[in-house]
Amino acid sequence: MTQILLKNFEVEGLTTLKVYEKLGGYKSLKKAFSMKPEEVLNEVKNSGLRGRGGAGFPTGLKWSFLAKDSFPRYFACNADESEPGTCKDRILLEKNPHLLIEGLIVSSYACLIETGYIYFRGEFQDVADLMDEAIAEAYKKGYLGKNILGSGFNFDLYTHLGAGAYICGEESALLNSLTGMRGEPRSKPPFPAVQGLYDKPTVINNVETVCVVPWIVNEGSEAYKKLGTEKSTGTKLVSVSGHVNKPANVEIEMGTPVSKIIEMCGGMRNGNKLKAFIPGGSSVPMLGIEHIDVAYDYESLKEAGSMLGSGALIVMDETTNIVEATMRLAYFYMHESCGKCTPCREGTRWLYQMLGEVLNRRGSPETIKTLQDACDNMAMKTFCPLADAAVAPVVSSIDLFPEDYKSFFAEAAATAG
Amino acid sequence: MFAFTKESEEKIETILAKYPEERKMSALLPFLTLTQRQEGWVSPEAMVEIGKRLDVSPAYVQSVCSFYTMYFQYPAGKYIIRFCHNISCYLNGSDSLLDYLSKKLNVEVGGTTDDKKFSLIKEECLAECSAAPVMRVNDDYHVNLTKESIDKIIDSLK
Repeated sequence: MTQILLKNFEVEGLTTLKVYEKLGGYKSLKKAFSMKPEEVLNEVKNSGLRGRGGAGFPTGLKWSFLAKDSFPRYFACNADESEPGTCKDRILLEKNPHLLIEGLIVSSYACLIETGYIYFRGEFQDVADLMDEAIAEAYKKGYLGKNILGSGFNFDLYTHLGAGAYICGEESALLNSLTGMRGEPRSKPPFPAVQGLYDKPTVINNVETVCVVPWIVNEGSEAYKKLGTEKSTGTKLVSVSGHVNKPANVEIEMGTPVSKIIEMCGGMRNGNKLKAFIPGGSSVPMLGIEHIDVAYDYESLKEAGSMLGSGALIVMDETTNIVEATMRLAYFYMHESCGKCTPCREGTRWLYQMLGEVLNRRGSPETIKTLQDACDNMAMKTFCPLADAAVAPVVSSIDLFPEDYKSFFAEAAATAG
Repeated sequence: MFAFTKESEEKIETILAKYPEERKMSALLPFLTLTQRQEGWVSPEAMVEIGKRLDVSPAYVQSVCSFYTMYFQYPAGKYIIRFCHNISCYLNGSDSLLDYLSKKLNVEVGGTTDDKKFSLIKEECLAECSAAPVMRVNDDYHVNLTKESIDKIIDSLK
């Protein structure tokens, strides 16, 4: 199995520049600087790399949307990892900070960007401190700052911390937060590539996405395309959590069956039967056991009725109370709605309350209809996709497990005594 | 009265150097974080001072401060415990552990102990889901929690 992201993770001292360099770190800079910026950009475009934050938008294409002849431009690296189930960026930041720095230098070179910010969620103070140390080392060695390795390319990199708000992972909210504002999403267009940080053209990429770039530059886009499937190229970090024996972050080739991923994590806990899984973080629809062999890639998961999202596989076994699990997710979105758009602010609260009614045996078939109706009035009706995300687990759990809901209805409870 | 300490003032310089001079409002979150680290919370007086430094009104500072869940607008405990209760932790028994911790500290979730030593807060995902259940005590993550490990961690805090 080709490892791009978790490579060398077991090596002691990987967070230090010395060890990282010894293992071939920062090699891609020389190669990138021997190419023209647009050649590097085209290489990434050709690799088929897609954004690993959740939306899966082609990275090279995103870069090519930068407004022409408008400078300065900014790079905002999204390290605001907060999607329930997702812990892949944290492990990259914690174990291999120089990989991200290298990726940011090369990516910024390709996009003609001279200033970059890494936006960490506020809870990541520990890994941000580690990153500050790594950045200081990189400056000292001349990998950051003016005229890097004599290339004439300048790049400054800074860390910036949020302070507790899931919504800041949404790119326009992240930019507002980085500007010193409330983390509320902006209406789009204009997109950040045209009007981003400080109203300048800005690239926003997830940590994992950027960490792939050095490999693509070193090995070439053709080599990257050989991994994975035709449309979902490369490898993917999957955060596996929930009812498996050995929950872990695993790096898989795109297209690996979900059943295989669960196997890689020691199989189901206590040998229990699988009930449902959420393949791409809390914001995507859950799938039932009939999809256990679905290939883990963008297209196959979409076809199955869900999404790859952030790459967080949440596994639930037969002991799971689906209504309660769904209500927990509904609580999350209620808590994290920024309140700007009414359908989301009000809707997330209603979903939580109605699920509570069901769970407290005060529900009826009418409650389910109202739930579905509320979902219908939230999806695609807001500035950002938080409302769509809130709806996904509710709609899918009702579709997949109507009997579970029914078992909580008031009449059902009465009959059961 | 609020004033930044000498140590904080040094950090302020490093913070301001990160952003274009005409965009110093970007330093607002870092300033709030710095204030909270110094004082344990963000007081109205501190907001006035931050506003002066960044050329924004105290009301604006408060509007931003109140948006982010990590800032306290009242004095909180010496140790801030953020205990995850969302999906991956929930599936791994976080509810009973949170209940256990709440009883152990004799404080409601969301509250601060009488001696101001601990604030116990329910958290929405800390991004360590493969090592659930998880809590964060000040800057430190604690993973794969059990009643025993919680006892050990809490009892070691002075």
